[in-house]
Amino acid sequence: MGCSDQHGDAAPSSKLLSIQPYSSDRPCGCQTVNHGIDHHSDRTHYVIGAIQTSAGAIPQISSRLKLEDELGAFMVRWGIRRNHFRVDPGLYAVGTPNERSDVMVTANYKFTFDMVRQNLEGMNVWLLVLDTKGVNVWCAAGKGTFGTKELINRIQLTSLGKIVQHKRIILPQLGATGIAAHLVKEYSGFTALYGPVRAADIQAFIQTGYKATKEMRRVKFDWYDRLKLIPNDIIYNLRYFLALFLGISVLSGIHTTSYSVQQVLRNSIPIIKIITVGYVAGLIVTPLFLPMIPTQNFSFKGLIIGILFSAIFFLSHSLNGSTLAQCAGAFFIVSLSSFLAMNFTGASTYTSLRGVKKEMKIAVPIQIMLVVFSLVLFVLDMTN
Amino acid sequence: MNQQSYFPEVLTLQLIQEQCNNCGLCVMVCPHEVFEMKNKKVHIIGRDFCMECGACKKNCPQGAILLDVGDGCGCAAGIIQGVLTGTAPTCGGPNESSSVMSALKI
Repeated sequence: MGCSDQHGDAAPSSKLLSIQPYSSDRPCGCQTVNHGIDHHSDRTHYVIGAIQTSAGAIPQISSRLKLEDELGAFMVRWGIRRNHFRVDPGLYAVGTPNERSDVMVTANYKFTFDMVRQNLEGMNVWLLVLDTKGVNVWCAAGKGTFGTKELINRIQLTSLGKIVQHKRIILPQLGATGIAAHLVKEYSGFTALYGPVRAADIQAFIQTGYKATKEMRRVKFDWYDRLKLIPNDIIYNLRYFLALFLGISVLSGIHTTSYSVQQVLRNSIPIIKIITVGYVAGLIVTPLFLPMIPTQNFSFKGLIIGILFSAIFFLSHSLNGSTLAQCAGAFFIVSLSSFLAMNFTGASTYTSLRGVKKEMKIAVPIQIMLVVFSLVLFVLDMTN
Repeated sequence: MNQQSYFPEVLTLQLIQEQCNNCGLCVMVCPHEVFEMKNKKVHIIGRDFCMECGACKKNCPQGAILLDVGDGCGCAAGIIQGVLTGTAPTCGGPNESSSVMSALKI
C-alpha cells in the first residue's frame, strides 16, 4: 500500500455517525473500496487472500505468526519504529467466514492483533479491528479510543450489517471500560456480547454458547504474569540506566577546584554497582515478590526491598569506598528501588488512578529527599 | 479470592439499588469480581478490589453505578508524564509494550 504515510492519523475515526465516504479525499491512489481499512502501514504481510461478500472483498488474514511478526515485536520492545506497530483498522476474515459467522472486535495494536489471530486458529470468524492508535484494548478503552463511537463508526464503515445476517458482535471484556453496550445496540443495532479477558479463552467461550466462566472474566496477576514482565521492564528501563550512569559519572568528576576525568573513570564501576543494585531491588525483586512484601503501597514495597539490598550492599563492603560514599550509595539504592517499584503500578492489574496519586504524594518527596541526601554525601566525599 | 486490594479507602464505587434493574452486566464486565448476582439481585461483594476502571458504570443502562473514574489509568509513569507535559495522565509511551496488559488483553 503505497499511500501509507500521507494519511497518518488523519483517518476519520470517531465522529459519531458522521461517516465519510472512503473513496473521496484521498491524496493518493488508493481509492479502492476498502471497507473501512485505513492504510496506516505497509505491514500487511499477514493478509493471505480475500473473501468475497455481498459488500465486496474482505482481506483474509493468517492465524500463524511469521518471523516478520516476531522481528517487529522484538523491535518495538527496543523502542524502534513503534509508530509503525499498528494494524490498519477495518474488517478482516480469519479462515473462511460467511454471513452466519461470529464477529470479534479488537484493537489495532500489532501485539494484540497477533495475539488474537493466533488464538483464532482453525476458526471461521470476522475480525473487526478498531483504530486505537496502536494501543492495546484495556489502555485504549481507558482512553476512550477503544470506544462506543469508534465501534459504531467502524461497523458502518465496514458495512458489517451487509456482510453478516445476525446482529451479534463479541467484544473483549476489558474493552468494556470504553464501550457502552446499550449505546452500541441503540445506534448500530448490533448486540455487543462481552467475551473473555484473555484471547486464549475465545474458542472455549464460543464453543460453550457465548458463556465465560468466572475464571475467564477475572484479570489475574500471578507469579507467571509478573515474571513475564520483568525482561521487558529491564529492556525498557535500560536507557534510563545509561542516562543515570552518564549523569552521575559526569558529576563524579567534580573536585574541590578542578574537574578530573581520571576520577570519572575511577568512579564508573562503583556507580554501575549502585544503579544495578537499585534496579535489581526495584525492577526484579519487588515486582516478583509483590504480594508478599508488606504494605499495599508500591513505592514503600520498593523502599523496603531497597533498604534490604542497601543493607547487604553496605555490610558486604561492596563499594570499597569511604563510609560517606557507602552511605551515599545506600540512599541512592533505596530511592531508585522505590521509584522503579512505584512505576510498576502501571504494569499491575489492580491499581486505581486515585490510589496511585495518593501514593505518589507521599512517595515522590521521599524519593527526591533520598536522592538529595545521596548527592550531598557523594559530593562531600568527592571534595574531601 | 486471591486478589490484591490497593488503597480501598479512596475508592468511590457505589451501587444505587433502587435504580438497578439487575441486568447483571456489571457482574460480567468487572475484571475483579467486585459484583455478584445473588437471588436475581446485584450486590457489591468485593468493593476493596475495585480499581475504578469504569467498565461497570459505562455499561450500566440505568445509571445505577456511581463512580468517579478520573482521567487516566493507575500508572505512576503515566501521571509523571502527564505532569511533565502538562496534560492528563497518559500512558501512551513505549512502556505499553512492557505492560502485562499486552499479554493479558485481547
